[in-house]
Amino acid sequence: MSSSEDESMSEVDEQEEQEKKTKSEGSVLDYIMSLESVPSKLPPHLDLMRTRVFCNNDAPDHTETIQYSGAYAALGVDNSIRLDKFCRNFKVQVNRLTEDDIEFDMMGIDPALANAFRRILIAEVPTMAIERVYIANNTSVIQDEVLSHRLGLIPIKADPRLFEYPENAGNDKNEKNTIVFKLHVQCEKGHPRITVKSNELKWLPDGSELPAEDVKPNSGSKPRTFTSFSCSQDSLPEFSTNPIAPKNLDIILAKLGPGQEIELETHAVKGIGKTHAKWSPVATAWYRMLPEVVLLKEVKDELAEELKNKCPVGVFDIEDIEKGRRRATVANPRACTLCRECIRGGKEWEDRVSLRRVKDHFIFNVESTGSLPPEVLFTEAVKILEEKCERVITELS
Amino acid sequence: MELGSYSDQSKSTFSLADEDHTLANAVRFTLNQDPRVTFCGYSIPHPSDNRVNIRVQTTGDPAREVLKDACQDLMLMCQHVRSTFDKSVNDFKMSKTVKDMDIK
Ligand code: SF4
Repeated sequence: MSSSEDESMSEVDEQEEQEKKTKSEGSVLDYIMSLESVPSKLPPHLDLMRTRVFCNNDAPDHTETIQYSGAYAALGVDNSIRLDKFCRNFKVQVNRLTEDDIEFDMMGIDPALANAFRRILIAEVPTMAIERVYIANNTSVIQDEVLSHRLGLIPIKADPRLFEYPENAGNDKNEKNTIVFKLHVQCEKGHPRITVKSNELKWLPDGSELPAEDVKPNSGSKPRTFTSFSCSQDSLPEFSTNPIAPKNLDIILAKLGPGQEIELETHAVKGIGKTHAKWSPVATAWYRMLPEVVLLKEVKDELAEELKNKCPVGVFDIEDIEKGRRRATVANPRACTLCRECIRGGKEWEDRVSLRRVKDHFIFNVESTGSLPPEVLFTEAVKILEEKCERVITELS
Repeated sequence: MELGSYSDQSKSTFSLADEDHTLANAVRFTLNQDPRVTFCGYSIPHPSDNRVNIRVQTTGDPAREVLKDACQDLMLMCQHVRSTFDKSVNDFKMSKTVKDMDIK
C-alpha cells in the first residue's frame, strides 16, 4: 500500500470518529436506540408472521398484510415503505416471454399494488373490438344476435393506442375511431357444407361500403355510407406495412349448408373490459405468491422416501448422507401447488413440514389476446394507474 | 369531492367518482405508509354506483394535502415499477438473443 493511500485512510478514520462524537452528543433517544439490547429489527417470529402466509392443514394463517407504518411502533420498529425503501427493494425478473405470454417475478411490492395492476389489465386497458354488426343477409342456422356476439369476441390485431374512443367524436365514425370489416360467404347449392372462419373477415381501410338507409342511392356523386373516413386507413404509415386483421384466423364463426349465405359488415371501436369483456386485452392476468417449503426437522431414510412420494409435483428430493443414509431436501419449492398432501397424515407430518407463501413476492402471469404484446400491456396498465393518481391530484388542487 | 369541516381540516372524506377498489386500495396502502395518518379507509357505498369514499384522518396536517401526497407517492412508485419492468424485459430479450445466437 502506498503512503498516500495510508493518509487518506486515516483521514476517513478521523471523520468517522467525529461523526461518532456528534452522534453520542445527540438526543438521548438516539442513544437508547443504539444500545444493543434494544431491538432494531422485529423478533424473528413476528417477522415471519409479517412476511409469510402460513398454510396450515386446517386453514391459512397470518394472511393479512400489515400496511400501517406504525404497526410495530411500540417495539421501536418502523414498518413504513416510503418511496426510497420501495425503490431499493423492488425487483422484477422475467422468466418467460413469448409473443402473447409473459411470466415474471415481482419482488418487494404490496398486494394492494400488484392487485391494482391485475385489475387494470383485465378491466381498464383498452383494445379494439367489434361493436356494431350490419347484417345484409343471413340465411344460416345461426341467429343474427348470436353471430354478432361471436364476432364481438374476436381479438383484433390493431394497436388501440392509435385510435380514439368513439365517445370523443360524437356521432362521427371516422378513420381514427372505427375499423370496418366485411364478411361475405356463400355455400353453393349442391356443394358440401362449409365452415366460416375468422379469416373471412376482410378489412375495409376505406370505411363502410353499405349505403346509409336514409339516403337515396342516386342522390350524390358518392353514396353516403355508415362511416365518414377522410382518408384510407392503409395510407397511414402505422397500417400500411401492418394490415389490420383478426389475430387468429381459424376461429369458427358459423357453418353454412348448401344454399345458405351470410353477408355483413362490422365496425370495431375502442373500449375497455369494464364495459364488456370483449374489450379485455388479456385472456388471463393472474399472480400467485411464491411458495416456500421448509423442513422443520430432518426427514431421513424411509420417511424421506415417503415424503418424496407424497408430493405430486416433485417438490422434494433425496440426497445421500454418510453411510447409505438418505435425507429429504426441498429441491423445487416453486412448483408447490399448495395441495397440502405432504402435511396430511397426522400431526407428526405437520411438525415436519411447514408450507408458507412469501407475501411480497408475486409470480405474475399475463396472457395477451393479441392486440398488444404482453409486456406492453403491463406497462400500459401501470401507466393507467399513474393517470388515475394524476386525476385525483388535479381534482384536489 | 371533499366532505369535511372548515374548522378542522385534518379529517375528511373524499368521494371519487368513476373509481373503484383498484385506486382506493392502492391509495389506502400509500396513506397507511404515511406517519401523519392516524386513520384511513375506504368504502364503496353501493356496488352499482361508480363511486368510492376515502376517509383520511391526520395528526394535524390538512387531509387533502396528505391524500395528494399519497397519490404522488403512488405515482412515483408506479414510475419506478415501469422503469424496472422495462429494464428487466430488455435484459431478458438481450440474453435470449445471445442464447439464440449461441445455438446457431
Ligand atoms: S403442498 Fe403439495 S405440492 Fe406443495 S410440497 Fe406439499 S405435497 Fe408438494
